[in-house]
Amino acid sequence: MLKVKLQQTRPALLDVELSCEKGEVLALVGPSGAGKSTVLRCIAGLQSPQHGLISCKGHTWFDSDEKVKQTPQQRRVGMVFQNYALFPHLTVMENIKLALDSDKSAHHEHGKHLLEQVNLSGLEQRYPHQLSGGQQQRVAIARALARQPEVLLLDEPFSAVDKVTRRKLYLELNTLRRQLDMPVILVTHDLDEAAMLADSLCVIHQGVTLQQGSPEEVLFRPDNVAIARQVDARNVFSGHLVEHENTLKLKWYEHFIEIASTSGFRAGQHVYWTLSPSKVLLHQRVRKSRGDHENPLIGTICEMVNLRGITTLILKIEHTNGINLQMDLPEHVAMRNGLKIGETISVSLLADAIHLMTE
Amino acid sequence: MDWQAFEVSMSLALLTCLSLLPIGLAIAYFLAKSNFVGRGFIEAIITLPLVLPPTVLGYFLLVGMGSDSFLGSLFVSLTGQSLAFSFVGLWFASVIYSLPFAVQPMLRSLESIAPEIREAAWCSGLSKWKTFFKIELPLAWPGIITAMVLSFSHTLGEFGVVLMIGGNIAGETRTLSIAIYDSVVAFEHQQAQSMSLILLAIALVTITLVYTFNRKQARVAVL
Repeated sequence: MLKVKLQQTRPALLDVELSCEKGEVLALVGPSGAGKSTVLRCIAGLQSPQHGLISCKGHTWFDSDEKVKQTPQQRRVGMVFQNYALFPHLTVMENIKLALDSDKSAHHEHGKHLLEQVNLSGLEQRYPHQLSGGQQQRVAIARALARQPEVLLLDEPFSAVDKVTRRKLYLELNTLRRQLDMPVILVTHDLDEAAMLADSLCVIHQGVTLQQGSPEEVLFRPDNVAIARQVDARNVFSGHLVEHENTLKLKWYEHFIEIASTSGFRAGQHVYWTLSPSKVLLHQRVRKSRGDHENPLIGTICEMVNLRGITTLILKIEHTNGINLQMDLPEHVAMRNGLKIGETISVSLLADAIHLMTE
Repeated sequence: MDWQAFEVSMSLALLTCLSLLPIGLAIAYFLAKSNFVGRGFIEAIITLPLVLPPTVLGYFLLVGMGSDSFLGSLFVSLTGQSLAFSFVGLWFASVIYSLPFAVQPMLRSLESIAPEIREAAWCSGLSKWKTFFKIELPLAWPGIITAMVLSFSHTLGEFGVVLMIGGNIAGETRTLSIAIYDSVVAFEHQQAQSMSLILLAIALVTITLVYTFNRKQARVAVL
């Protein structure tokens, strides 16, 4: 298990706490300049924070209190750099062999096995400039794994390849990670990429880690509104909690919204709330159902976008001063219900899925 | 044709460029890695021989090597000989005046290596020395070859500093360029011509080799 605690005030603020189990992929997400790469560099030993503690598999790599500071060579870290940083004057096999530290006779076989693992057999004698971006990334991964590292660090590994290659590499990384039994930290600014590849997400903003948890938890149940904004939550609104018909409800403009979980909140409190667009339910126009009583709202469709079988509607909700609510539904549902821009529809907000947050 | 002068020139150029390999590389490596306040000044001092008139440089070196100076008196006490007007003195001066020709290409080529390449080597378990010999040195090789050839050719052709420091002692400090000057002054145009042609040929061949080599390396090193 990898445990990381970093604190510094200069040159840039850093207040980071994260952990990653073996075999787990942790995505460190945040905008450019949030300090993601700095965290990776600190773990790899390429730079040191003012204060902190980094330990992996029971070995202490960095401890500012005990004055422990291991070099990158001592740490057994596999690092894949953003631009791969392959050694340009060496062939694919030589790049990998340089990182192998087993005895020389086994070098070639081990190198070949690593290349097979990343689907690069047959390209041993090529130079990095003779490879495509995707192939370079695979060499970089094979080189990082060559040392049998205790942790694998991937710094925006997909940013230098085109979209088609990226999709292929996502699948390959997914297959590869099942064979790895070390903590893997993936740095990315792409939330979809993070949600697709990682077991857990850690949101970092301006050098501070805000929340770590499963993708579901971080994306749909952020701790506070700042995190919701960082993870680009699409429906974030504010309201007040009120006592209504003997239960605590959310007063949102003129609507009283029922919420499944209000623990930790009290009546009169100003809160923020979020709801995944997929948890907004369309009322069937022809056949009414029981669920229609759950937080019903009426809105006018002002925008419709189709992407890979999902239709996103932007609804202007009645009695809310023109607030826009986003909802996702399968494309065939939108078609079957004959939804069009300008039409008025009725929807339900699922009480279970409404998540309350503080500032 | 003054073969003795040719021999002095060749030995001087060869010794100078061989001495500049470790000296130039150490200075270039230090400058490439560090970013301190006085870096500009240090670079200026190293580049100074490039812009200073050779006679001015020669004058200061002559004063610095005189028997009253620290360096000159140390040399006398060690060898019993004067440093100025000796081959060793000339060698020392050549190293100083060819320094920018060695340091600049080495520095540029070391600086052109992306820092991540070095860091990738460390993360691959390579020690700093191993990284230097297996990664940095091969990648900086075109710059190092250029540095060697330029300092060799420059030393071979230097005139002003050699005249100031070495005088004109046959077999000791009389180089080919001094011999050419002597021949012209003595109206021995035939001899001056053959020696000049030799210097021209050496300069042309070495520079051509450098360009050819660097072009080939550039093709390999493109990432």
